[in-house]
Amino acid sequence: MSNKLNHSMSLAKPDALNITTKQKIALILGVVGLFILALALFNTNFPNKGLFLTLSLGLIVLGTIVYSREAYLTKLEGIKNDGQWFKSISSRGIWGWILGVILTGFYIVLYFYPKYLGLGQGADGANTGLISLFDPLSQLLSGRNASQWFVYGTLYTIAILAFGYKFILKYRHNRYQQIRTVSVMFFQLGFAFLIPEFMYVMNNDLPYYDLKSIWPLNYYIFDEWSVNGFLSNGNIGLALILFGIISIFVITPILTYKFGKRWYCSWVCGCGGLAETAGDSFRHLSSKKMYAWKLERWLIHLVLVFSVVMTTAMVYTYLGYDKNDFWLTRSVFISLVIGFLTIIFVGVMYFKRQELGKDAKYGAIGFFSVIALLLIMHFTGTTDNVFYVKASSLRSAYGIYIGSIFSGVIGTGFYPILGSRSWCRFGCPMAAILGFQQRLFSKFRITTNGGQCISCGNCSNSCEMGIDVRHYAQKGENIVRSSCVGCGICSAVCPRGVLKLENDSMKGRINPTEVLLGNDVDLMELVNQK
Amino acid sequence: MEHIVIIGNGISGVTLARHIRKLSDKKITIVSAETDYFFSRTALMYVYMGHMKFEHTQPYENWFWEKNRINLKKGYVENIHTNSKTLQFADGDTLQYDKLVIATGSKPNKFGWPGQDLEGVMGMYHKQDLDNLEKHAPNKDVCKRAVIVGGGLIGIELAEMLNSRSIPVTFLVRESSFWNGVLPEGESAMINRHIKNHHIDLRLSTNLKEIKSDENGKVKSVIIEETGEELECNVVGLTAGVSPNIDFIKDSAIETGRGVKVNRFLETNIADVYAIGDCAEQHEAIGNRRPIEAVWYTGRMMGETLAQTICGNRIEYKPGHWFNSAKFMDIEYQTYGWVFAKSRENEAHFHWKHQDDTKCITVAYHKDSNEFLGINTFGIRMRHEIFDKWLTEKRDVDYVMNHLSDANFDPEFYSKFENDILSAYNNQLQTA
Ligand SMILES: Cc1cc2nc3c(=O)[nH]c(=O)nc-3n(C[C@H](O)[C@H](O)[C@H](O)COP(=O)(O)OP(=O)(O)OC[C@H]3O[C@@H](n4cnc5c(N)ncnc54)[C@H](O)[C@@H]3O)c2cc1C
Ligand code: SF4
Ligand code: SF4
Repeated sequence: MSNKLNHSMSLAKPDALNITTKQKIALILGVVGLFILALALFNTNFPNKGLFLTLSLGLIVLGTIVYSREAYLTKLEGIKNDGQWFKSISSRGIWGWILGVILTGFYIVLYFYPKYLGLGQGADGANTGLISLFDPLSQLLSGRNASQWFVYGTLYTIAILAFGYKFILKYRHNRYQQIRTVSVMFFQLGFAFLIPEFMYVMNNDLPYYDLKSIWPLNYYIFDEWSVNGFLSNGNIGLALILFGIISIFVITPILTYKFGKRWYCSWVCGCGGLAETAGDSFRHLSSKKMYAWKLERWLIHLVLVFSVVMTTAMVYTYLGYDKNDFWLTRSVFISLVIGFLTIIFVGVMYFKRQELGKDAKYGAIGFFSVIALLLIMHFTGTTDNVFYVKASSLRSAYGIYIGSIFSGVIGTGFYPILGSRSWCRFGCPMAAILGFQQRLFSKFRITTNGGQCISCGNCSNSCEMGIDVRHYAQKGENIVRSSCVGCGICSAVCPRGVLKLENDSMKGRINPTEVLLGNDVDLMELVNQK
Repeated sequence: MEHIVIIGNGISGVTLARHIRKLSDKKITIVSAETDYFFSRTALMYVYMGHMKFEHTQPYENWFWEKNRINLKKGYVENIHTNSKTLQFADGDTLQYDKLVIATGSKPNKFGWPGQDLEGVMGMYHKQDLDNLEKHAPNKDVCKRAVIVGGGLIGIELAEMLNSRSIPVTFLVRESSFWNGVLPEGESAMINRHIKNHHIDLRLSTNLKEIKSDENGKVKSVIIEETGEELECNVVGLTAGVSPNIDFIKDSAIETGRGVKVNRFLETNIADVYAIGDCAEQHEAIGNRRPIEAVWYTGRMMGETLAQTICGNRIEYKPGHWFNSAKFMDIEYQTYGWVFAKSRENEAHFHWKHQDDTKCITVAYHKDSNEFLGINTFGIRMRHEIFDKWLTEKRDVDYVMNHLSDANFDPEFYSKFENDILSAYNNQLQTA
């Protein structure tokens, strides 16, 4: 066994050993930038906040830029994974754990104790500490003081932009990676960060709406306050909420059919964007073991069921009984939901039963339990009280456990431990929906190039979703997996050119083989026909 | 229950075992002296380079073997007694078989150089070689220079490995250009330049004369045959090809040449004894193939084939069209069909190279019939399936050149070169 893990657990042999002087300077710049943020966190009252904020963020970005240029532009184009399992930070060594603890701590404070970041701690509810440092930027963009979410959004965007740049340099021989990364950088900066601020300037009653964040990932869009917020804002609000509905029921299925779930997960989504850029150094840490896959399939579908039931219950509670208020009454709504789920279920069972195999049974159990739950809720819901309490506590449980702890604290805080996409893999209900579709109704697949695989394992190693890509490739079989986000890194790192992400016809997409191309044609026919 | 014993847990032995299990309920034992579990030899380099850990080179999780009832035995087979159908292990153990498959792979060539067994001199084939390299070349302070002897696929991998830890490398290649026994001139020259671009001290037409020892029996330097120059170094990598790992068989009744002699059914001269993979030598070469095919894919194909025979459906080893691939530092290489370093009689080559000097192709075709014979491609990925089909259909070279884009396998959004290639091809025809 390799003794590498021991190396990286020691503080005495830090990674810095192998970096150039220029990179050391770059690191110092970045650390100074972070240090300013730390000082602000501990309530240093900077005189000119705008200046220090600019300085801090500027230094962080500059440091990352200089560091990456030195790391990649001084070498020939190609795969740059040397030493990723040696470096302490990227191999669950001591630096990895330290970073993990810091990130996790940050998320806990952010979600549960924003006052420690200085939210509204000053006179008259003004901000202090870290949050106040971001006031000037927030004022500039939307004319209001910063919130913890603004601070988080800014840092998040900076991370995607700076590490996105690094990623583009790392893959400067790979146009797919570059274009995809520019895309996530664009969507983060524009759709998640700037547009919502400008929307606020135009109409400050509108709820925050990141247009690219789709239900069920955006689990609060159908909350009562949110829906009311939209509806009380006339046509624009109505258009926005309609867009939210169309996004999941129309746009998503069409794009996923044509391109696979990657159009969202690796090109648009902010969670995915952070994982692909800032999380890139940790992608190989995801577990490829069979038990991890089993756990994944249970967890992610449970979260999906949870979010569907929770949203249905939420909407249900604020709908009226009476047709006179609004055509959408509780019973109409519940019938719509049940009808919709049933159509999907029957359709899948009719057309795709074979492909699902054993999973069909679990699918059926899941489906019937959701329907049963909805019906029970509907009929016990007549006792308003019980039901009201239930729906709202469901909603807050979802917000805390899934929205905050799972996606933030574990999903991102544990990057250096669990790999960069543990939220996308184990928890994201949007990924579950897209993946379900990708597995059954999509032109997307990763084509395996005949018999060229040498079972080296580079592909599996770098799959952030923990897919054992090699398992399929070494059998000459295409990879059609619901969890694949189409990041294309497996294809990039394959030293034998075995993998290609592509959209082609559905026919022959799934092609289990026993004997690979290159052998006796008669033998292939004999063995593969079964 | 019939007991099938396989010596060697490499790709050929393991493929065989998997397929026998699919087809039957026979008792299967795989013997190996190297590692407990099957790993991918081709990935050893990535472990040293830190892309992966050793466990990631194992294609199957450890529970796989028990679940599929494949027994694993660790031990070195010292003797095979074919009369009593018994294996004799180095530690004294014995094992009975009903059918025996020899899949013992290769070992690095050593050509009797003085000093070739010193400490710090190593091949790059087994897991033990990797451990040895880790010991002698952990970083550039311990290993101030490494000298690699032999310019083949493993040599260039070793150079890339050492390079990843910033260890200076001198690469001694006997030929006048890298791997030019296999690659046509233009390609070989491009790879020469690529190696040098990686700051590797490539010495062409250069032979090793002697390896010198320090007072502790460790490598101190090498002497170059042609110039007598002495190069100080701490590690010497011997990568001048491999040969079948069959010394322990020489005393048995099994017929050997360079490898274990087999017929087209992969049977040896002794009933119920077979050989597959790197260590098998065909009595007569199959088509343009060599009698000993020491590549991953052929080991796998032999395993797939022999499983049928062992399970009662006796079939010949009948490989399809030749293909192979490799990676030279940052440049990927694939080949389909036959492209020889020097075109044979009645054959012609069309060569195209991109100006960035990292991409090129060579297409071989028959001068008279224009039949497409094969393609080498560097820096552009191509589809195995399409070329296999074209070779079977015996397409002519014009057809292939005009449909090259159907065969492109590069990732989406990559620049395409088919038009460039086609116009170069058409120009060449006009001037020819
Ligand atoms: C660094 C490297 C890179 C390579 N890259 C490529 C590539 O890119 N593409 C390609 O096609 N090929 C490549 N090859 C060649 C390829 O790995 C071999 O062709 C293939 O592994 C041979 O498989 P095998 O099953 O025949 O034997 P092996 O994999 O050699 O397995 C034989 C096993 O038998 C064991 N054994 C031998 N004798 C005994 C005994 N007496 N008792 C017990 N056990 C014994 C050995 O220890 C070994 O574990 C590469 C080889 C190396 C070394
Ligand atoms: S299988 Fe490949 S493309 Fe899909 S998520 Fe894994 S690494 Fe990315
Ligand atoms: S990286 Fe390529 S060659 Fe290696 S196991 Fe994966 S598909 Fe096979």
